[in-house]
Amino acid sequence: MMTALTKTRRVNTLPLITPSVLVLFLWMVVPLVMTLWFSFQRYNLLNPSVKGFAGLENYKSLVADSALWTAMLNTLVLVASVLGVTVVLGTLLAVLFNQEFFGRPVARLLIIAPFFVMPTVSALIWKNMLLHPVNGLVAFLTRSLGLEAIDWFGNWPMTSIVMIVSWQWLPFALLILLTAIQSLDNEQIEAARMDGAGASALFFFIILPHLKRAISVVVMIETIFFLSVFAEILITTSGGPGLATTNLAFLIYIRSLLEYDVGAASAGGVIAIVLANVVAFFLVRTIARSLEEG
Amino acid sequence: MINRPLLKKLTLTLVAWTAALIMFFPVFWMLVASFKTEIDAVATPPMLVFKPTLENYAAVQQRANYINSAINSVAISMGATLLALALGIPAAYAMAFFPTRRTRSTLLWMLSTKMLPPVGVLVPIYLLFRDVGLIDTKAGLIIIYALMNLPIMVWLLYTFFKEVPRDILEAGRIDGASRRQELFYLLMPLSLPGIASTALLSIILCWNEAFWSLNLTTSDAAPLTAFISSFSAPEGLFWAKLSAASTLAIAPILLFGWMSQRQLVRGLTFGAVK
Amino acid sequence: MASVKLRDIRKTFGRTEVLRGIDLEIEDREFVVFVGPSGCGKSTLLRLIAGLEEITEGDLLIDGQRVNDTPPDRRGLAMVFQSYALYPHMTVADNMGFSLRLAGATKDERDRKVREAARALQLEPLLDRKPRELSGGQRQRVAIGRAIVRNPKVFLFDEPLSNLDAGLRVQMRIEIARLHESLDATMIYVTHDQVEAMTLADRIVVLRDGAIEQTGTPLDLYNHPENIFVAEFIGSPKMNLLPVRVKTVSDDNVTVTLPDGGALDVPVKSDQLGADEQVTLGVRPERMRISERGQFVGQVLVAERLGSETYLYLQIEGGEMLTIETDGDSLARIHDRVAVEVKGENCHLFNSAGEAVGRAD
Repeated sequence: MMTALTKTRRVNTLPLITPSVLVLFLWMVVPLVMTLWFSFQRYNLLNPSVKGFAGLENYKSLVADSALWTAMLNTLVLVASVLGVTVVLGTLLAVLFNQEFFGRPVARLLIIAPFFVMPTVSALIWKNMLLHPVNGLVAFLTRSLGLEAIDWFGNWPMTSIVMIVSWQWLPFALLILLTAIQSLDNEQIEAARMDGAGASALFFFIILPHLKRAISVVVMIETIFFLSVFAEILITTSGGPGLATTNLAFLIYIRSLLEYDVGAASAGGVIAIVLANVVAFFLVRTIARSLEEG
Repeated sequence: MINRPLLKKLTLTLVAWTAALIMFFPVFWMLVASFKTEIDAVATPPMLVFKPTLENYAAVQQRANYINSAINSVAISMGATLLALALGIPAAYAMAFFPTRRTRSTLLWMLSTKMLPPVGVLVPIYLLFRDVGLIDTKAGLIIIYALMNLPIMVWLLYTFFKEVPRDILEAGRIDGASRRQELFYLLMPLSLPGIASTALLSIILCWNEAFWSLNLTTSDAAPLTAFISSFSAPEGLFWAKLSAASTLAIAPILLFGWMSQRQLVRGLTFGAVK
Repeated sequence: MASVKLRDIRKTFGRTEVLRGIDLEIEDREFVVFVGPSGCGKSTLLRLIAGLEEITEGDLLIDGQRVNDTPPDRRGLAMVFQSYALYPHMTVADNMGFSLRLAGATKDERDRKVREAARALQLEPLLDRKPRELSGGQRQRVAIGRAIVRNPKVFLFDEPLSNLDAGLRVQMRIEIARLHESLDATMIYVTHDQVEAMTLADRIVVLRDGAIEQTGTPLDLYNHPENIFVAEFIGSPKMNLLPVRVKTVSDDNVTVTLPDGGALDVPVKSDQLGADEQVTLGVRPERMRISERGQFVGQVLVAERLGSETYLYLQIEGGEMLTIETDGDSLARIHDRVAVEVKGENCHLFNSAGEAVGRAD
């Protein structure tokens, strides 16, 4: 019927779609071309005398620099860990918040609050007030239990970043998954009960399959955002210690805005774009397919 | 004997509230700290009972221009959201109701532009903006944010529009509605909840965006994200003031988000719910 | 004043042909029902007439004017949708007046026309409500009211009663029939329910696989189905069909051999058939009688007692099934053996291609 309707209405949709497509195209292509161009140049904002065509020089030094590989790995670890945490906990919380309990509306308000907290602020709270090795609340708690205080950002830097980002995005996963659970046909659950399904069977055979679409959506959107986590790292660890929490976004930032090496930064940018597109290619395609099935 | 359903409900209440309080705790702790003196704020063991003070808020206002940043945040979020809606609604309408063979791939392509890491294009955008004088302007951030959120908004709107029963638009056509009238009298009122939650999401994302705002603004157009980061480095140890500043930065959006959460909860489906 | 003429209308979606050459003339004030199983193209045909779909080939004329390229709102017709398609964000009054508002009518004129239609449909107390506050039957009425307000030349109904429960459906059927009477408008009505078709139509158009199988008055189709498809589709319970063999052929009479070996004379034109040909004997359940002298003997498998009548489902020798209609107080019970009599003049004969053999009279 869809294809049929297109034909019949013979509507010229170009004027409707073109503005969006055009601005997005410009938004994507102009900087992309410029980035590509710079990546082949010697271009340092601090030193205008250095210029000219650099060939693959920027790429060579970048690839030779182990920082790039560390940053790529960190990027993937960060994305995968936070996805894991938010999807698993989000699903469990969604099931929990779908049940009747006292004060549910208020509890729901409280639990979604982190979604509204800007990354800079949440990074500051976690860094200074919760995870601070001396005065932080967590340090106080561990000490009261007779344990040693942990220097979170010193010894467990990536874990700390994952914790912060997960805290911010768990409500998002929860919101989408909760809406999805609420759309589950109650008769289906009742039918499964009649068939003798207990709580866990219900979860694994009825609820989880029903959430497949929603989980795909969460994964897709969160990946988009997690690939370029920035403020949290800038404020808490500045990529350190060493390169322990330097993801691609942060590496390029260091190169371009701290070292003013536009050429190297651009080469890094191109690599980030390639990586993102590799991820996008697989991710978007698989998820689009699973969304189409439904 | 307590009856079983009640026992179950009590257990659920306990578990759910524990989760909710843990999640909310960082925000709560920040709020509490903002009313402490600097000495109370770093006290060990942490002080739960203390004499509240407003001096931090006064200090913050002295040091940085909160009002200016807050106005910037509002203006930029609203502006970017309106711009993106103006671009996105027609596109989503066309895709939802006049799909062609290319519609799917156009939509996916739009989303894939979102995959482009901002850092990848920071340098050229920075240089372009510098050359046309958009650095540290509200207009500059409005443009960036609108483009940044456009793909996700088109997608959301597309899923909302697709939920509108075709019959109703057809009835409208038989009643003599032109395409413009169809859009304004039928589709937009019908999907108003959807449009509202799309706008909500956009406003929240704009408000909290911290990459472009940190890199492209300095003072005039600095929104709250930039305002708060100005407290992070030198005053990192002045926790109470930092907390006050943070509270001021997130309070508007948190209250806004809470008030509209019903709308937001219903809206954030992205077509994941059939 | 409106006649609708369809000339060799064709419709293809991609490569599938949904309508394969429809020729039909609908006269002014006629009530025509398109009926057929799902997927037969009846709704598509209605949507072509409405202008919601584009005609691939052929001509559509309303009052002699070719309207293939006329947008829906200029065709002078109104449509009642299966889902009612009421505008959920508007009140009943606004729903009904929307077309007038778009056409630029003044508020007074709008109010007057809406009130008029509302009065006719007893909707006046509901005018300020939103659709979601109405019951199914009320929504249905609003949808009809919205159509009436436009004062159309032709009313189109797309399975309008299928979302109502049985009792309400009968009531709305009567209302639609009365509406046709009072409005004197041309109406085209799509349904898959042959009872609706029989009770409402001046003329029924039976469709199958995108082509017209037969057109005629309800009784025409009931008494003279042109093929097995129409014979089975019209009438409830379905016509019984039995494979039989032609025994002898004489003037205006064909004798067939029944499963039990007996013979039955059927008064049909004999020139199309020859001896020994395989044919299908059709006889409606309500034309069969329980009788000692019956040609068919069978065992009762199921007895459905409706009160006013009883349907017996028999298995006869040779394994064929027969449905017969008998008195409400019939004593026949499951497992009983009963004999059923059939008169030749109540039978239909269909050749091996499924076409009816013409009556002799």
